Amino acid sequence: MSKNRRSTVNRLSAENVTLAYDQRVIAEQLSVEIPDNSFTVIVGPNACGKSTLLRALSRMLKPSEGRVVLDGQTIQSMPAKKVARTLGLLPQSSIAPDGITVGDLVGRGRYPHQGILRQWSTEDERVVQESMRQTGVAELADRYVDELSGGQRQRVWIAMALAQQTPLLLLDEPTTFLDIQHQIDVLDLCAELHEEQGRTLVAVLHDLNHAARYATHLIALREGRIIAEGAPKDIVTAGLVEEVFGLRCQVIDDPETGTPLVVPAARKARVGAGTGAGKAAATEAS
Amino acid sequence: MKTTNRAVRTPGGLSVRLDVRAFTVVLLLLVAALAASVVLIGTGDFPIPAADVLRTLFGEGNAGQEFIVNELRLPRVLVGLLVGASLGLGGALFQSISRNPLGSPDVLGLGQGATAGALTMIVLFSGSANQVALGALVGGLVTGLAIYVLAWKRGVHGYRLVLVGIGVSAIVTAVNGYLLTKSDIVDAARAVVWMTGSLDGRDWAQVWPLLGLCAVLVPLVLSNARGLRMMEMGDDVSYALGVRVERVRLLLMVAAVLLTASATAAAGPVSFVALTAPQLARRLTRAPGPNLPASLCMGAALLVVADWLSQRAFGAEQLPVGVVTGVLGGAYLLWLLVTERKAGRI
Repeated sequence: MSKNRRSTVNRLSAENVTLAYDQRVIAEQLSVEIPDNSFTVIVGPNACGKSTLLRALSRMLKPSEGRVVLDGQTIQSMPAKKVARTLGLLPQSSIAPDGITVGDLVGRGRYPHQGILRQWSTEDERVVQESMRQTGVAELADRYVDELSGGQRQRVWIAMALAQQTPLLLLDEPTTFLDIQHQIDVLDLCAELHEEQGRTLVAVLHDLNHAARYATHLIALREGRIIAEGAPKDIVTAGLVEEVFGLRCQVIDDPETGTPLVVPAARKARVGAGTGAGKAAATEAS
Repeated sequence: MKTTNRAVRTPGGLSVRLDVRAFTVVLLLLVAALAASVVLIGTGDFPIPAADVLRTLFGEGNAGQEFIVNELRLPRVLVGLLVGASLGLGGALFQSISRNPLGSPDVLGLGQGATAGALTMIVLFSGSANQVALGALVGGLVTGLAIYVLAWKRGVHGYRLVLVGIGVSAIVTAVNGYLLTKSDIVDAARAVVWMTGSLDGRDWAQVWPLLGLCAVLVPLVLSNARGLRMMEMGDDVSYALGVRVERVRLLLMVAAVLLTASATAAAGPVSFVALTAPQLARRLTRAPGPNLPASLCMGAALLVVADWLSQRAFGAEQLPVGVVTGVLGGAYLLWLLVTERKAGRI
């Protein structure tokens, strides 16, 4: 919470943005501040606009109104490579080219630091090795990416994003398709990057309990609006979960970390109350 | 493929050793293309030994040889080299942009589009060779534009591009069939020869425009090759890395369409060079990425070798070069499909 320094201007923010795909409006007049040096996690039900917001923050999606500001400048007006040296993104959809090795793929993260006459410096080499070491994939350097397990592959992609050496790193559902052990593994890695290197991380996560455990700053979205934001301990309550996800639950202290732990109410209790399940279905349909 | 990637282990060697292999392949292919060219120039009703060909090329031959080499055979070989290089490079660009070996100009219908332009000039206007070439160029460009517009959906994507291309190709093929049935027998014979792809009777008038276009487009394309490499990882990743994805893609597609259309205008729709050259080059360099220089040299070498085969391999009878590339390329495509299927990708 102490890291949420509202008094100073944060490096990344969205100012009154309206986000839409073609004619379909996802969010209107949305303003978001990403606190510097935070591990910000965006949560919300499906189709609440959390990935869309992340795409806007990473200048993948141009707001139809308002603007995203990076270091005081409208992000769209900045040179592409300059943005790429400040802000990295691990998207959901990425393709490992046929026959590419781990080392080669991670090395491609150096692209924004390179030019036609500066293709592979010793600094590039050092950073790539460092990134692979941090993510624990150094010993896989000459393996083909196709051969790796899902967890290893995700680490490789994170290593590529690290090699970009950006103070800000955005991750779009980095734990999707991973089993529980590898989910925790990836989140631990994120926490490490945040705590030990002071990078500002922004992640979209599906699992509210993971979000509550790892985030230093939580943003709860619903239908394109921020319902609550702040430290998980301060904002995650049964009332908020019901409001955002339409799910009746208890919030208890996580026995391991003391962070809020969301325990959904038993089915009978929810069906008996009537509103919970219906509301969830309505949210899903929207 | 496994063994070469051992080279990608050590610091410093990481990119350098890959480059060395790719560079060596490019050099060898270049040498092969030029050597085949010398042999090809020496080949014909009046054979000239390779040494004499070289001497003549450097301006020290006798008058008779000079006429045969410089006026008759050299322009044909140069057109072959340039057409092959353009097709190889254009094919590599298309395959990389569509992330699909089938996304090459042959399959997308660019050749058919150029044919439609050429047939229009031959059948409807009985046009001269230059008018036919111009018609082919325009036909190819219009087809390329149509494919781009139809495949556009927040950027052009692999399968969509291939499917739209196949659809366009089917329509244009039907138009070509219609034009052929409308034509009289003389025009039809001329059209069929053009459609097979041939280097017969090509002279300096075809060399200069092709050379000029390549001189502009090849450096332009190569200077954007790094962005294209990034784009193979998907639009989102490359965008996040600072590649201006749409701009690079549009630029490279326009260049690829121009290269392919002008090559087709010069030599007819020489089949399958654009499809096979990048795949063969890739298997030689064993490097991921579009392998643009290697594809370019491979295309040039393939076309000149195929032209030599078409003149020599079948006894006295000369075949249009497109027949040879078609047979070789078709066989290669089948092999590709079988191996891809074994690898579980199709």
